[in-house]
Amino acid sequence: MKRLQLWLGIALVAGVVLTAAVSLVWTPFDPIRVVPGQRLLPPGWPHLLGTDGFGIDIVSRLMVGARLCLLVGVISVSLAAAVGVPLGILAGQAGGWVDEVVMRLSDVVYAIPAVLLAILLAAGFGASTVTAMVAIGVATIPAFARVARAGTLQVMASDFVLAARSSGTSPLATAGRHVLPNVAPLVGVQASVTFALAILAEAALSYLGLGTPPPTPTWGTMLRDAQSYVYTDPLQALWPGLAIALAVLGFNLLGDGLRDHLDPRLREVS
Amino acid sequence: MSVLARQVARRLGIFAVTLLGASVLIFAITSALPGDLAQVMLGLDASPEALAALRAELGLDRPLPLRYLAWVGGMLGGDFGISRLSGYPVLQLMAPRFAVTGWLVLFGMIGALLIAVPAGMVAALKRRHWQGFAVNALAQVGMAIPVFWGGILLVSLVAVRLRWLPANGYVPLSQDPAGWASHLVLPALTLSLVQGAVLIRYVRSAFVEVLDEDYYRTARAIGWRPAPALLRHGLRNAAMSLVTVLGLQLSAVLVGAIVVEQVFALPGLGTLLLTAVQQRDLLLVQGTVMFLVLAVLAVNALVDFSYLAIDPRQRTGESR
Amino acid sequence: MTLLEIDGLDIDFGRRRVPAVRDLSLRLEAGGRLGIIGESGSGKTVTALAVMGLLPENAHVRGSIRWQGTELLGLPERDLAALRGNAMSMVFQEPMTALDPTMRVGRQVAEAYLLHRGEATTPARERVLAMLAEVGLDDPERVADGYPHQLSGGQRQRVVMAMALVNSPDLVICDEPTTALDVTVQARVLATLDRVLDAERAACLFISHDLAVVSQVCEQVVVMLEGRIVEAGPVSELFGDPRHPYTAGLVATARLDLVEPGSRLPTVEDFYAERGTP
Repeated sequence: MKRLQLWLGIALVAGVVLTAAVSLVWTPFDPIRVVPGQRLLPPGWPHLLGTDGFGIDIVSRLMVGARLCLLVGVISVSLAAAVGVPLGILAGQAGGWVDEVVMRLSDVVYAIPAVLLAILLAAGFGASTVTAMVAIGVATIPAFARVARAGTLQVMASDFVLAARSSGTSPLATAGRHVLPNVAPLVGVQASVTFALAILAEAALSYLGLGTPPPTPTWGTMLRDAQSYVYTDPLQALWPGLAIALAVLGFNLLGDGLRDHLDPRLREVS
Repeated sequence: MSVLARQVARRLGIFAVTLLGASVLIFAITSALPGDLAQVMLGLDASPEALAALRAELGLDRPLPLRYLAWVGGMLGGDFGISRLSGYPVLQLMAPRFAVTGWLVLFGMIGALLIAVPAGMVAALKRRHWQGFAVNALAQVGMAIPVFWGGILLVSLVAVRLRWLPANGYVPLSQDPAGWASHLVLPALTLSLVQGAVLIRYVRSAFVEVLDEDYYRTARAIGWRPAPALLRHGLRNAAMSLVTVLGLQLSAVLVGAIVVEQVFALPGLGTLLLTAVQQRDLLLVQGTVMFLVLAVLAVNALVDFSYLAIDPRQRTGESR
Repeated sequence: MTLLEIDGLDIDFGRRRVPAVRDLSLRLEAGGRLGIIGESGSGKTVTALAVMGLLPENAHVRGSIRWQGTELLGLPERDLAALRGNAMSMVFQEPMTALDPTMRVGRQVAEAYLLHRGEATTPARERVLAMLAEVGLDDPERVADGYPHQLSGGQRQRVVMAMALVNSPDLVICDEPTTALDVTVQARVLATLDRVLDAERAACLFISHDLAVVSQVCEQVVVMLEGRIVEAGPVSELFGDPRHPYTAGLVATARLDLVEPGSRLPTVEDFYAERGTP
């Protein structure tokens, strides 16, 4: 059962990545050009899922949406990890007041959820994909810091690190040689889970009009457009939501599967 | 100082420090970083006179630390700033909307618990059978559903197709209880379904821990069947970890509420905030976000205090 | 009628069928006291759990366990639950964790009473206080109104005994009830157990690894080794004339007062070398 979970996750994620990759070179129809004569066509041939309120092929828009969703995920997770992991390792290795300061700072950032942070940034700097990515990334730094710190504390207490330290290895070398390899799998699991949350957050922001501006298709804006047709063509709302759900499910299953695979060492990742 | 008083003091200290830090962060993003605030608020084609007037009005020429302290000082006195566009104090604009968002969050959480506790029990008791697997699968799916998609689907099914409930809008409780309830059902249900799915795994793991405990075995030995034994003795012992999770999830539920208000056009804090962003009403944004963060941090602090009520051992300072 | 009859009991665990109990048979009459001696892994706790119907899901049970003539194996959970805590009850080994830490002591004892009896004859509070006094707890009111963490190990075990006896069961199964207690407390708790069993005229299945402890409560004993009964009989006979070498080892380690000063303490292995796992 657990194996099934992992493989389903991998399959879904691979599907999203593949779709995004393919969309770079080919989509069945133009994902941006408005075609007034073909608005709201039902699913069929040649438009497998029909067309939206602008006459644009839904499948093509979904494919391009996959691209953006991956972009946001990659950037925000990388940002969060690049800042959070070293901070967490620092806190775990240094201990004392450094640890305390890092933890209090991370509590402060943690107090403001990603979407709220994005709203703040949108107010101050105007809404865009960049503000969304930065907001989600920054808001997730505490999660990575916490995971890295927990893993570091575990490693620091182990015998081989104590031996390395007493033989004079510098903290930086200890970090690189011993801590990082042990913390990496925990960070990997967190990355997958965060990716899923990033997709949801970006979709929510796009739905609220605070994400990528039109005409670039994102799954969130597609749902926003679909809402106007909830009385006339409810099917419009089905496809982009389904895409989001499948992508998020994939990354969640992947994260869970990785965590189970690496069990029992993993107790700290939430 | 008694053990209890010491614990309360420590918790209050953490609350204060985190709140302060968050306020600095919020202030930095809305007042400090964007550069010329007046320009941002009035737009690119504002006249130099209008910009100068606004700058004077908002005291933008004062040094940043002073502006920050003025803002914080104002809030301590109940002044969250003035909304630029409407001219009304921020707090006054927020006040009628507290109830809407509050009801939504409250019923969303209650609904989530009503879903998660029974489901989590089934998942724990039947964890090696098909029922357990089914519950886990449903939870995974529920977690992956974006809350606004769930809302739209519910609207199109229940409100449009079946016409059982209204699709949007709100009626205050004092005005018409039946209408109030009917307008809140779908939004709260949307939140509950997604939050409930998230909570299921926590409930499940808390109950699974109880199943391994000796007092559960004692309960079985005196004649309780598995489900009542788990409910009677497991709920109280699992309550602590559940309450912790609820507290942690509060900000997620709040964000969900903000989004759901958009889907169902509810006049709550969420729609106020989003309108403020669209209109570049920075002070309103600043004040509203600060209030929301304050609310979440306060609830989390209260949650910590509630441990003292649930676990009698905490009162006398014994460790678990 | 014989209170409890076990015939040919076989218990395995899991898919790999790890054997725990093999071909076990015993009889217990009403009011009788039977001790089950063996070390950890000998299958004694598993046997007790089988009688109570509290084995984990992955247990495979064959054979027969008859309670006052009724076959227990295969009985639906609802019927087994009606017997537990009522006609038969169990006291476990770890008193420190046996009670719900979030519930008052009195309420937990009352639970067992109210679950089966209701308040038909005596109000719960009265019955609970009476039981707490009977198991030797001073100031039953304070104990009942307090929480488990306010009690010592010996006191908690007495509370558990009160829970086990509150419905005047016909059988009380005790699984190493004093092993986790201090030696000084052990003797007192055992004396209380002996007295209370007499007063309630309850039969007792007493499980332990310690022959000396068992002999204080029981007249008859069976010795279990690797899931089987290797010897059975009155305690005095086992002490005086052990037939199986393992029993001889147990007796020798129980009678340390017979050891010559200056000589090496006897171990069970001196008498019986274990086959199989180290």
